Amino acid sequence: MGKTLFEKIWDSHVVRTFPDGGALLYIDRHLVHEVTSPQAFEGLRMAGRTVRQPGRTVATMDHNVPTDDRDEIKDAISKAQVEALEKNCSEFGVTLYGLGDARQGIVHIIGPEQGITQPGMTIVCGDSHTSTHGAFGTIAFGIGTSEVEHVLATQTLRQARPGTCGVTFTGSLSPGVTSKDMILRLIGQIGTAGGTGYVLEYGGEAVRRLSMEERMTICNMSIEGGARAGMIAPDDTTFNYIASGDRPFAPKGEALDLAIAAWRELPSDPDAVFDRTVTVDCDTLAPQVTWGTNPGMVVDVTGVVPEPGEVRHVSPGDARKALDYMGLIPGTRMTDVPIDTVFLGSCTNARVEDLRRAAKVIKGKWVASSVRMLVVPGSEPVRRQAEAEGLDRIFTAAGAEWRFAGCSMCLAMNPDKLAPGERCASTSNRNFEGRQGKGGRTHLVSPEMAAAAAVAGHFVDVREMM
Amino acid sequence: MERFQTHRGVVALLDRANVDTDQIIPKQFLKSIKRTGFEEGLFFDWRHLPDGALNPDFELNQERFAGASILVVRNNFGCGSSREHAVWAVRQGGYRVVVAPRIERDGMVVPGFADIFANNAVKNGLLTIQLDEPVVDEIFELVARFPRLEATADLDEQRLILHLDEEVAFHFEIDSTVKDHLIRGLDDISLTLARERAIADYERAHPDAIPISPDR
Repeated sequence: MGKTLFEKIWDSHVVRTFPDGGALLYIDRHLVHEVTSPQAFEGLRMAGRTVRQPGRTVATMDHNVPTDDRDEIKDAISKAQVEALEKNCSEFGVTLYGLGDARQGIVHIIGPEQGITQPGMTIVCGDSHTSTHGAFGTIAFGIGTSEVEHVLATQTLRQARPGTCGVTFTGSLSPGVTSKDMILRLIGQIGTAGGTGYVLEYGGEAVRRLSMEERMTICNMSIEGGARAGMIAPDDTTFNYIASGDRPFAPKGEALDLAIAAWRELPSDPDAVFDRTVTVDCDTLAPQVTWGTNPGMVVDVTGVVPEPGEVRHVSPGDARKALDYMGLIPGTRMTDVPIDTVFLGSCTNARVEDLRRAAKVIKGKWVASSVRMLVVPGSEPVRRQAEAEGLDRIFTAAGAEWRFAGCSMCLAMNPDKLAPGERCASTSNRNFEGRQGKGGRTHLVSPEMAAAAAVAGHFVDVREMM
Repeated sequence: MERFQTHRGVVALLDRANVDTDQIIPKQFLKSIKRTGFEEGLFFDWRHLPDGALNPDFELNQERFAGASILVVRNNFGCGSSREHAVWAVRQGGYRVVVAPRIERDGMVVPGFADIFANNAVKNGLLTIQLDEPVVDEIFELVARFPRLEATADLDEQRLILHLDEEVAFHFEIDSTVKDHLIRGLDDISLTLARERAIADYERAHPDAIPISPDR
């Protein structure tokens, strides 16, 4: 029997297997940020341990950093956390792309950007959206701080072997429908725990046609369906991405040719068997908007806010709590829901392609007077590229704010927050209660849908603007 | 690592599913660089009213659950972010055990806990117990009926015992490795470093083509 993409990478990284079926896995790349690493470095220090492989480790600061004024972090506790990372990286010899560095950005954006993320690798980070890197055909997953310490000290992790789930996206997307809509639909279908215990492998004709940026959006949100990792088999789209642009850590020339030859062996064999399979039809897929307080609470933009009793995977009581929190009445058309804020950013949708697609919708139009719009590039290279293309001027001419790179209002650890009751169309990944600010109400959408909502002041079907 | 063998304590109920890590500990508490003091952030936005006063409507603020150390919740507890701070907050908030239902519906399994949360729990001596949904329903009913009900989680015997006039015990399944680690309080890093030779062998066979360095 053939092997899946997951099985091939897993098997080639086993340092040792255990009787329970788990393994000690070698970790090729460890990404570090300021929020989940300080206690891990402190643990090393207290035990007198070192970072085993600084050359496989890279750090950046993204969660806490201000996106307007870069000269100074005004929040003293945020500042202390950022300074702790600087000190830890310097003491333990870890490369850091800090504030002011031309490569700084959201950890999951800079990995692929710098060529650090490559097919066939195992990649971990103390952040659940590490699943993003699976778009390159890697096993990439989020870990807790104790595991961060374990990887720093040993460059390995002991893991139970997850099941495999093949997700096939059939058909093709209509104009205005995006990979964000594909993953939101999938989560609506399987629920926020539907992928728990599995690694999802996304395939099918609709996935093959996606760019790397679009693939990263899908893999990024695997965790919102409960799966620690999601992956897509590498193909020419992947190899062209790695070969293009300024990616200092990607192989070049002959080394690249050799690497590509090896990467072509990675896709699942035709006779490989998944433990479970799921199919999503893209022909009938409409732009998606979440209405509730988890990413599975999602409807077509042409739909209405559901009755508590008709929500899949959620009890009527929990659905009612979500409706109360969101201030929505069942039966309301989604296109009648007004918004106050638009956030275009995050590791889900802040690559230059996302910004281009939103700019296309907003170009020559105005952000509605009742709406504030924040555009936060995912990394400093993304910001510079967007500025070179004039995207910043399209956004600012429309009345949006153009910022420096960071996680920003995706989780509101920095000063970018929603006020209580404020309603936001957001390109991020979590619509949990209070995620973007205590009492804030988040609706997850694609960059195109966010831009269209900014102009209209309420949700609109972006397909009508195409 | 902290050991877990048996624990007896008051049972508290949180009748909500999909409790995410943003609810368990909101982001403003993630800025600490220490490993302690996270109890202050536990369920902060639910525990408090907008003016900062305690929210009397939040279940866990009720007197009948004061001092509880066993928390019973609904499915998919701890979903969302990988923040270990969520486990630290639950643990430092006084809980040693969290119980959640494992649901089988339409051929699909909805687990009691999100993967990363459950993984982080083991590292901190927090026992997560999954029971069948009807059993958890029964515990909800019994605790509602008998305030201050106590229970014992016996990891070695894999039993959760409710101390009613006549004791009621439920068997639970648990991964043998997790059980072993919790009972012996094993330190994962020391265990792995004992296999240093195997790691070094792997590294020799798989050299890193382009190491990350600041100069590139």
